[in-house]
Amino acid sequence: PSLLILQMRNLKELSVLLRKNASELFPAVVKNVASKNIEIKKLVYVYLVRYAEEQQDLALLSISTFQRALKDPNQLIRASALRVLSSIRVPIIVPIMMLAIKEASADLSPYVRKNAAHAIQKLYSLDPEQKEMLIEVIEKLLKDKSTLVAGSVVMAFEEVCPDRIDLIHKNYRKLCNLLVDVEEWGQVVIIHMLTRYARTQFVSPWKEDDGLEDNEKNFYESDDEQKEKTDQRKKPYTMDPDHRLLIRNTKPLLQSRNAAVVMAVAQLYWHISPKSEVGIISKSLVRLLRSNREVQYIVLQNIATMSIQRKGMFEPYLKSFYVRSTDPTMIKTLKLEILTNLANEANISTLLREFQTYVKSQDKQFAAATIQTIGRCATNISEVTDTCLNGLVCLLSNRDEIVVAESVVVIKKLLQMQPAQHGEIIKHMAKLLDSITVPVARASILWLIGENCERVPKIAPDVLRKMAKSFTSEDDLVKLQILNLGAKLYLTNSRQTKLLTQYILNLGKYDQNYDIRDRTRFIRQLIVPNEKSGALSKYAKKIFLAQKPAPLLESPFKDRDHFQLGTLSHTLNTKATGYLELSNWPEVAPDPSVRNVEVIELVRKAKKENPAKKFYSESEEEEDSSDSSSDSGEVYNSLKKLCSLQLICYASNNTVRPST
Amino acid sequence: MIHSLFLINSSGDIFLEKHWKSVVSRSVCDYFFEAQERATEAENVPPVIPTPHHYLLSVYRHKIFFVAVIQTEVPPLFVIEFLHRVVDTFQDYFGVCSEPVIKDNVVVVYEVLEEMLDNGFPLATESNILKELIKPPTILRTVVNTITGMEKGETHRELPSWLPTGQLSSGALAKDWIDAIIDKSGSTITAEIQGVIDACVKLTGMPDLTLSFMNPRLLDDVSFHPCVRFKRWESERILSFIPPDGNFRLLSYHVSAQNLVAIPVYVKHNISFRDSSSLGRFEITVGPKQTMGKTIEGVIVTSQMPKGVLNMSLTPSQGTHTFDPVTKMLSWDVGKINPQKLPSLKGTMSLQAGASKPDENPTINLQFKIQQLAISGLKVNRLDMYGEKYKPFKGIKYMTKAGKFQVRT
Repeated sequence: PSLLILQMRNLKELSVLLRKNASELFPAVVKNVASKNIEIKKLVYVYLVRYAEEQQDLALLSISTFQRALKDPNQLIRASALRVLSSIRVPIIVPIMMLAIKEASADLSPYVRKNAAHAIQKLYSLDPEQKEMLIEVIEKLLKDKSTLVAGSVVMAFEEVCPDRIDLIHKNYRKLCNLLVDVEEWGQVVIIHMLTRYARTQFVSPWKEDDGLEDNEKNFYESDDEQKEKTDQRKKPYTMDPDHRLLIRNTKPLLQSRNAAVVMAVAQLYWHISPKSEVGIISKSLVRLLRSNREVQYIVLQNIATMSIQRKGMFEPYLKSFYVRSTDPTMIKTLKLEILTNLANEANISTLLREFQTYVKSQDKQFAAATIQTIGRCATNISEVTDTCLNGLVCLLSNRDEIVVAESVVVIKKLLQMQPAQHGEIIKHMAKLLDSITVPVARASILWLIGENCERVPKIAPDVLRKMAKSFTSEDDLVKLQILNLGAKLYLTNSRQTKLLTQYILNLGKYDQNYDIRDRTRFIRQLIVPNEKSGALSKYAKKIFLAQKPAPLLESPFKDRDHFQLGTLSHTLNTKATGYLELSNWPEVAPDPSVRNVEVIELVRKAKKENPAKKFYSESEEEEDSSDSSSDSGEVYNSLKKLCSLQLICYASNNTVRPST
Repeated sequence: MIHSLFLINSSGDIFLEKHWKSVVSRSVCDYFFEAQERATEAENVPPVIPTPHHYLLSVYRHKIFFVAVIQTEVPPLFVIEFLHRVVDTFQDYFGVCSEPVIKDNVVVVYEVLEEMLDNGFPLATESNILKELIKPPTILRTVVNTITGMEKGETHRELPSWLPTGQLSSGALAKDWIDAIIDKSGSTITAEIQGVIDACVKLTGMPDLTLSFMNPRLLDDVSFHPCVRFKRWESERILSFIPPDGNFRLLSYHVSAQNLVAIPVYVKHNISFRDSSSLGRFEITVGPKQTMGKTIEGVIVTSQMPKGVLNMSLTPSQGTHTFDPVTKMLSWDVGKINPQKLPSLKGTMSLQAGASKPDENPTINLQFKIQQLAISGLKVNRLDMYGEKYKPFKGIKYMTKAGKFQVRT
């Protein structure tokens, strides 16, 4: 009766059950699993999967229905039965699932085999102890020649046994050849897996003089080793034809409409193709920038990493990275990052003009980021250092405090890099102390004056005097710099500043922050000579006024490519759970013959399979025949056909009304 | 891969959740809310948020956050692209994608989501295939469409309106978008054209279509619908495909940068603030430039005014304008441009008294539309059908629109 009631009710009510916690209705709903009405059946499936874990005993009631459905002559019913059965997370049915997966993996319908591949992962997460058995199934399914199965089984491989690279050897060439025809999501997974595979099986196609990466490597190696290496490399490099096959077969996928596929191919080229061929990916990546904000965000991050090592790749697209006022801030800053990486002697003047517009932006966070960018350009390109410095000094009279503060910080870094005569700028900045309130900026100015106190002998003591007055109300960061300034002046000009410094040290001694108290004690011992002070105070001047190395203004994306591009770990710049490292190229290529497939064996197999086919309906044979298609369009069309098949079975199901 | 999906509206309520593996507690979204608070604006919420045990990947569309929960390493674009596909599917099913519509169609939503992913891995994401698996709510959809008048946005729904109903037909709409940044003096800083060809096919059987261009060399970079045979494009520059039913995006293209981009409109502007006075002058005029004799219509001018602007008193020569004193957003719906009488918007801005003048002049964003013209010069040569015997109606239309078109002042 409950069955009848449920069918009479509006379907909508069942769906309400899905939203609320409706587990108490579980038995009533589960009985409907045998319903012949496909609409109800589907909803019951959804419900069952959702609540089975909480109501394990009752869920078992439905199992026999699925077992029957697994033997159904209709492939779609077999597939969906397997799909739901494997989604029921009840440990007691593990053996049943295992059996069902094994049988389905030998099914004649590729659609059922695809679902078997999905079921592998589900069973593995429910009971990891089945791993060995599941690997056997994966091994079998990897041999499958259907494009429908390929993506799903590689996914299962990645989840269950990504380290069993030996399973791939025999299927490598087949996967490369199938790739264009696999559905888009499967393509992404396969390409990522093959990238890892290629890095373990082929030797490096990157030549000695190929740029930064190799130079860096050499840096860590002793001279002898390096010599050995160059000797090795003198042998002419020939690319393994299998390596070439992968690179060639992925190229058309750069034209995919799916951003994830394009990115996957791009990272494959970046990690495994010869450096001279990587260039072709830039156009496609730039195309992705016209997509949604989220896609832009990820793609820009990857371009930022690439553009540090290979400026040339993206230089022709410089203008694509110009910022629009409507871009979200995170996109703006990423674009700036890339513009900085791309800046060189030739384009810097155009870029600086563009930056001038950005500095005036209403988005102050972005304006501040632009100022940092200008600073980085100034250090990287010596021709424009002075121009940039002048520009930044002009910004010191800007009305916006954030802009001024950022400029101060950047100027400080720039001046530190070239300790030439910049007395004027320092004087200008000393004046700013009266008006500016941002602690970092104040601290920067004080530090700068301290460092150059001998160049501005008149101003420095006066600054110290002012700071002594306001010491107690300053930020901790500023207080530390006041102490430093005091110490440095005490050492160079003690006649004028001795008392002032002592006053400041006294204030520091009773400060609330113990870092400051600590620093005060340390400085006092070091600079004020007394009987207890040891040998160190003789060197106080050398300690305080030592030549300090200039800070390196570096991109946050530097060296980020030790993570495989396009991965979550790359985006977050930390290792995500389950991240699989890209191995370094092997010095000597492993035996390439492992990828050879014996043709004879294949023919024999095909012969065996042929007679079996006749037992099944015609429609399924049609399914199989579409497997041999060699064009991406065909897969789509075969899917379309599959759907019309499903429709037919719906129709036949609907004509048989439930007899209750 | 994808563990769960949460839909969150702009007021921070989770109004739908779906789990493909074991259930993940709603509390995981707290990390998302934190990030949302920090970002102040919806579009600044980072698309990838790490939490101690999960990673949250989200997209923001139609004022709804679609938040996917994942547990292990996965290419982020994979998830993001999939989420966008979910939104597109909803839009295709229900006409609009909004909270009330999703709530009303919750059965279909669950069924669709169930079909789209199996154990977190995409299964059927093609809207045409999904529609054959799960019927869209047709009656409701038409009701919604007629009552709400339905959003006419960037959706490819503009297409079928001119195709004859009740007849076997195939039509294509080639749309060019111009992205440009124009600087203060009116010279172009960057300009490029990208476009799409949207198709609407209502044919029976298994028709095999080919579409060829007069000038395929214009297309610099293309991406295809999966039904297009890539090899024929490589060798002959012909699009050959067996179309799915209904609407779909056949091709997206980018016009090569060597071709100079014709900019169809210009903006004359005079926006000035004075230090002494609390009044500023504002004047803009929009006019046609290179339009090949076609009318520019649907012109909308928007501009984010500086914070110091309190109010604006403006008089347009045509159309209507609004200024929101809170968000400082000026918007002027111009309509058609009549070359004899150029539309203009003039008046004054009142500034905060005593405050110094703003540093920057506002940027002007422009939207417009030109019918019957592909500004790139792209032309379809012919559309042929093989494999079926009947003669369908065939049609092609062209259109040019402003993409991200900005004028700096």
